[in-house]
Amino acid sequence: MSLEALQTDAEGYLANRDDWSEELAKELATQMGIELGDEHWKVLKTARAIEGESGSSPGLRKISKRSETPIKSIYKLFPDGPAKLIAKIAGIPKPKSCL
Amino acid sequence: MTDTGTEKKRSLSVICSKGSFDMAYPGLILANAARMAGVPARLFFTFWGLDIVNKKKIDHLHLNLVGNPSAPIPAMIAGLPGVEALATAQMRKEMERLEIPPIREFVEMLDDAGADLYGCQMALDMFKLTKDDLVPQVKDVLTAMDFMDMSEGAQIIFI
Repeated sequence: MSLEALQTDAEGYLANRDDWSEELAKELATQMGIELGDEHWKVLKTARAIEGESGSSPGLRKISKRSETPIKSIYKLFPDGPAKLIAKIAGIPKPKSCL
Repeated sequence: MTDTGTEKKRSLSVICSKGSFDMAYPGLILANAARMAGVPARLFFTFWGLDIVNKKKIDHLHLNLVGNPSAPIPAMIAGLPGVEALATAQMRKEMERLEIPPIREFVEMLDDAGADLYGCQMALDMFKLTKDDLVPQVKDVLTAMDFMDMSEGAQIIFI
């Protein structure tokens, strides 16, 4: 699916989680100035997995614990608002968690 | 697609002036939310708020029940010895259940998230403390005027 045809909510989060693919994630990340490496994928897949299981988008603390990626590293991987960037690239809604 | 742009210029300054367990969290949570959303955040700990970053007190902050109309127990009972400690323990347990980190871990998390923490010079003098009495995440000790200067254009929250 091309980026133009993609349906998102008003804030730019993917409207339908099934529209997501790894290819799309790469494109979205590039658009945000991030080149995805193994560490990024570990974080993104963890966020997606938690959302899939619990039905709610995780905050950074949960992602950090489950993916065993320190908070500090997450901020390096996704500078400028990691909670938002991760959710957008992973194709899940805006996190409801404050942590 | 992205919602950056104007957000880049935003920044948040939180002034923490209270040292009770329940009043420590709002400032920490707001600063953390700002960082998660990509907004620069700084915190200024002043007066009783210094307790939040005081090495000796950070693990022992207490709930404030007396004089708190939201306290779930009658004021007469709230003032009895041990009641606040009991209520604090109860709240700690509940927060653990919700996976809200203890204050010390929260302060470390904020530092890792790139928030800047500052102690208030005047409050330190008043309590006869030095920067060494504060947790290492506190970057510097400032006067209120210094903090105002670095808060230019920021949204300021006083707690």
